[in-house]
Amino acid sequence: MKTANGINPAPSSSSIPDEWFTLKEKDKDAAEQVARPSLSYWQDAWRRLRQNKMAMLGLIFLILLTIMAILGPILSPYEVNTQDRPNQYQLPSSEHWFGTDAAGRDVFTRTWYGARISLFVGLVAAMIDVFIGIIYGGISGYKGGRTDNVMMRIIEILYGIPSLLVTILLLVVLGPSLFTIILALTITGWVGMARIVRGQVLQIKNYEYVLASQSFGGKTSRIIRKHLLPNAMGPIIVQMTLSVPTAIFAEAFLSFIGLGIQSPYASWGVMANDSLGAILSGNWWTLFFPAFFISFTMFAFNVLGDGLQDALDPKLRK
Amino acid sequence: MLRYLLKRSLIALVTLWIIVTITFLLMITVPGSPFSDERSSNETIQANLEAHYNLDEPYHVQYLIYMKNIAMLDLGPSIKQPNQTVNDLLGRGFPISFELGMVTIIVAVISGIVFGIISALRHNGIIDYLSMGFAVLGISIPNFILATLFIQKLAVDWAMFPVATWSSPAHMVLPVAALATGPMAIIARLTRSTMLEVLTQDYIKMAKAKGLSPWKITFKHALRNALMPVVTIMGTLLAGILTGTFVIEQIFAIPGMGKYFVESINQRDYPVIMGTTVFYSAFLIFMLFLVDIVYGIIDPRIKLHKKGGE
Repeated sequence: MKTANGINPAPSSSSIPDEWFTLKEKDKDAAEQVARPSLSYWQDAWRRLRQNKMAMLGLIFLILLTIMAILGPILSPYEVNTQDRPNQYQLPSSEHWFGTDAAGRDVFTRTWYGARISLFVGLVAAMIDVFIGIIYGGISGYKGGRTDNVMMRIIEILYGIPSLLVTILLLVVLGPSLFTIILALTITGWVGMARIVRGQVLQIKNYEYVLASQSFGGKTSRIIRKHLLPNAMGPIIVQMTLSVPTAIFAEAFLSFIGLGIQSPYASWGVMANDSLGAILSGNWWTLFFPAFFISFTMFAFNVLGDGLQDALDPKLRK
Repeated sequence: MLRYLLKRSLIALVTLWIIVTITFLLMITVPGSPFSDERSSNETIQANLEAHYNLDEPYHVQYLIYMKNIAMLDLGPSIKQPNQTVNDLLGRGFPISFELGMVTIIVAVISGIVFGIISALRHNGIIDYLSMGFAVLGISIPNFILATLFIQKLAVDWAMFPVATWSSPAHMVLPVAALATGPMAIIARLTRSTMLEVLTQDYIKMAKAKGLSPWKITFKHALRNALMPVVTIMGTLLAGILTGTFVIEQIFAIPGMGKYFVESINQRDYPVIMGTTVFYSAFLIFMLFLVDIVYGIIDPRIKLHKKGGE
């Protein structure tokens, strides 16, 4: 008789009588049971992202910022551009939570109004980048061969063009407005995204499951929709998260050199630029609030992007 | 290697040509003639001015003249500052901006690499967390905000450094610090992550097994391989530092090219804007080209690939 593990018992243990061994019935139900709930890719990524404290801090900050950007200007009793000269440079108080600036405008209201503009510019620019990048990079990577070669040469040339200079040029000629700023930012911004998408598509299209889908007669559109895009989504999302702060910075930078949203309107860059003279006379809060929110928003997007990068990387899955 | 160089220089030339063409196209779309707002001049004078600057020629002739002038390194006159050409402004401003930029890049590269190595060697230690937290902050705070913060605290409140202008090494500290923080943080993060990756490689284990000193392992084996990605992003960093000089020079009242550039933007001095853009682009493209060559030299795979393949 064979013992439970199928190896002949060693001579020393042969003194134990066979009757002592009982055959244990294999519990078929227990074997089939799944010990842990199965997690989809996104559930797993979300679970890992939640464990990253910095990324969650960034995410919560961004959610709060979005809520305040929507509600802040509505809740505040002050208008964005109502000037109140006698009350200029008021310290933060119960009346003006963030104080007032040189023209007596309420900094609290202007800060949330600036959040609207910064978030809008950042998100719209990033979305347009993704849209163009997916189409361009997707075609380039999927078609391959000569098409890919030509499209990549074009990218290489565009990549050498200093983007902020082209942005400045465009804004000088077109005149700064919300629309032209987004246009100028996206005209060179999509190149990075296209490179990432192309790299992903190039890699994924050679995997066996794509070959399997092709041999089962899957159409190109189905392969792109069902296999390529979902699997390339991770790096795309990371790149998008990291390109939002770039756009926000560019908007603030352009406002700062006088090419942003024009002055009666509030954007964080405009507010920072307006209050440059004010801090030297000790009115720190006019600069502090826009500066704090630009920096912390970029910080939040950066740590969230870092966290997403780790969470969406299947190689780091535990 | 020669093939690689040829390909790179061809791409650089095409990029430059595209930029020159874009600036030209944008220049002719600007409504009105550059002289139309000169109140004192009558129509005859305006016509003469336009003839003097070849603005009465058809566009394709203007384009050829413009291309020829740029090829001869003549970037044209300033229309807001009489008797000044863009070349004059560049000659005065560029050496200062170049000095600021070069000091910044040297400071950023050295300190970034040092921070990155220390973080990687003390992985998950307190120093690692501190310097990486500092790095994320450095990436997130825009340089113009850092600059104002430095002026307010270090120059005005504590009077440690001069507030503005550009004349002695002490004047350089604050602008360079404000400009170098971002690139330094990026380099530190990149060096750290590639160092961590390299340190797990077999050849590092091999070097340890051979009994090499930690110093030699770190610098001779790990760092040399970890520096590759740093060289790749040098081009992007240079572009960032260059555009950074615009605001930094303005804030610190440094009489460099960036200050003239921002002034010309605010005065809508189109020839200066266009000329400076072309000059800056050419400079950047040249730097990118240099970076590519350096990359080709230090990465043996490129040389091997070109020798073996193709």
